[in-house]
Amino acid sequence: MKILVCISKTPDTTAKIAFEDNNKKFAADGVQWIINPYDEWYALVRAIELKEADASVSIHLITVGGADAEPILRKALALGGDESFRVHLENGDAFQVAAQIAGFAKAGGYDLVLTGKETIDYNGSSIGGMIAELMDVPFLSHATQLNVSGGKATAVREIEGGEETNEAALPLVVSCQKGMAEQRIPNMKGIMGARTKPLKVVDADTTAALTSIERFELPPAKAGVKLVPADQPEELVRLLHEEARVI
Amino acid sequence: MVLVFIDQNEGTIKKSSFEAAAYGAAIAQQTGKTAEAILLGDTPADADQLGNYGISKVHVVNQASLKTMDAQVYAQVLQEAADTLHAEIIIFSNNTTAKAVAPRLSARMKAGMVSGAIALPDTTNGFTVKKSVFSGKAFAHVNILTDKKIIALNPNAFAVTTSSGSASVHPLECSAVQPAVSVTQVNKVVGEIPLSEASVVVSGGRGLKGPENWGFVTELAGLLGAATACSRPVADIHWRPHHEHVGQTGLAIAPNLYIAIGISGAIQHLAGVNRSKTIVVINKDPEAPFFKAADYGIVGDLFEVMPKIIAEVKRIKGVA
Ligand SMILES: Cc1cc2nc3c(=O)[nH]c(=O)nc-3n(C[C@H](O)[C@H](O)[C@H](O)COP(=O)(O)OP(=O)(O)OC[C@H]3O[C@@H](n4cnc5c(N)ncnc54)[C@H](O)[C@@H]3O)c2cc1C
Repeated sequence: MKILVCISKTPDTTAKIAFEDNNKKFAADGVQWIINPYDEWYALVRAIELKEADASVSIHLITVGGADAEPILRKALALGGDESFRVHLENGDAFQVAAQIAGFAKAGGYDLVLTGKETIDYNGSSIGGMIAELMDVPFLSHATQLNVSGGKATAVREIEGGEETNEAALPLVVSCQKGMAEQRIPNMKGIMGARTKPLKVVDADTTAALTSIERFELPPAKAGVKLVPADQPEELVRLLHEEARVI
Repeated sequence: MVLVFIDQNEGTIKKSSFEAAAYGAAIAQQTGKTAEAILLGDTPADADQLGNYGISKVHVVNQASLKTMDAQVYAQVLQEAADTLHAEIIIFSNNTTAKAVAPRLSARMKAGMVSGAIALPDTTNGFTVKKSVFSGKAFAHVNILTDKKIIALNPNAFAVTTSSGSASVHPLECSAVQPAVSVTQVNKVVGEIPLSEASVVVSGGRGLKGPENWGFVTELAGLLGAATACSRPVADIHWRPHHEHVGQTGLAIAPNLYIAIGISGAIQHLAGVNRSKTIVVINKDPEAPFFKAADYGIVGDLFEVMPKIIAEVKRIKGVA
């Protein structure tokens, strides 16, 4: 079985969010970059677990981005995965990114394409579904468990108001979230090994963007907290009832 | 025409779908179009109420294969329906169904999509939609470049106004599609208010010391008609179920009122709740970062404060 894991580079969760160029660009100076947590903790680790259970599984990693995404691919390779690919396309919109991955996955004959449920920077939650549509295969979204056997995948998925178990024949696309696997820390052997694992650069196709970001905006600062003395909690209830009118 | 996808749960329309309907109707008004709705599966009992949200017609595609949600099937049927009805703008409520279906539809129709929209589009120069990015820490204004457009509206983001109107229900024929996915088991959480849609959320953190103390959270939530939530470590150590975990790596919510009990307010937690309209923090540490993001707060021991708050809420609600 061939698994393709989609890896996205995102700012660290504690990074200061600021913009430059008239709010047209994320201010990346001094920002630490990480693998998007959903891609790393759930999609990639689950792929590694499937390979640990069945040595014939191969794991390829793919990212769509500029050369500055390569350290993130190396980090992912340190956790696991056999080979990695970077499609050279900077600032693609979701559809362009999905088109690159779908084209690559179809040509490469992958059985399973794994993504995180969303990225923590763009919060689009759309790449997985778009890849599945462009490949014309099923999409199991928001999966919290995933097993594969006999050419079939079984997943538990979050749905509105609960969860359900789905079964479908491979190939397919799964978007992964909490529950699927536990975060792992790369070990020295993994980190050393990652240096020599293949990282190939692939040219992007000419798919056009469907959307473009015009500008960013920061939310207005909060006015400040109104503190109520600890020995008068009734006053808090009164304020919420009469002033804020929220209860 | 603006076509709003309506999601239903156990035979009634979801609150967030009514929001999407009102949002779609507002866009229709803004762009001189009509607003209609589309429902897949059985007709819910309250379908005609969509008229109160500005919808003139409700189209229902009822096929056996649509009773469960397979994103591939839904996208195919929705495209056919959108083509038949000449829909130009398609609206979803940005929930788990939309997150599975809308991107497929976007790729299928080559219709540019904005998910997580929080305001009406700006049509003065293009068609630009404001959406939440960086887990609630910023907004992006995204221009949709294609003629056909898809928008997935965040729950609790759009202020709904209703007026009395009526919507007529029409069956719509679409080609039958066989799902490639089979649903072998469904577990619905019954009787709980869905966290993503709740207008009041009571949330607990590690400061509660253990699951045996969650009565403070659940009792207050019960009194306020609120959903319950928790911080990530609380779900990780299994004091509470995973679906209650809010934050950067959990659910992002935007209720009217968020009450945080014994939660420090780490940046990753704030990322999931900072769009709440009013934030109340109860924490014994005056330096807890949550106070910087709060509107109201008490610096105090929750074990002393919470019983008094609960008693006072009972008093004003007239509960014995
Ligand atoms: C990549 C990454 C992603 C993360 N994603 C998330 C996420 O999505 N959601 C999330 O919540 N966290 C997330 N975290 C974890 C986050 O950094 C914090 O560790 C976590 O939110 C802390 O949870 P807490 O506030 O419940 O616990 P603590 O940090 O232990 O805080 C407990 C609080 O309770 C107060 N307290 C204790 N006793 C009392 C008392 N008797 N009365 C009143 N107050 C009391 C304390 O003063 C303290 O402020 C993430 C971390 C990382 C690195």
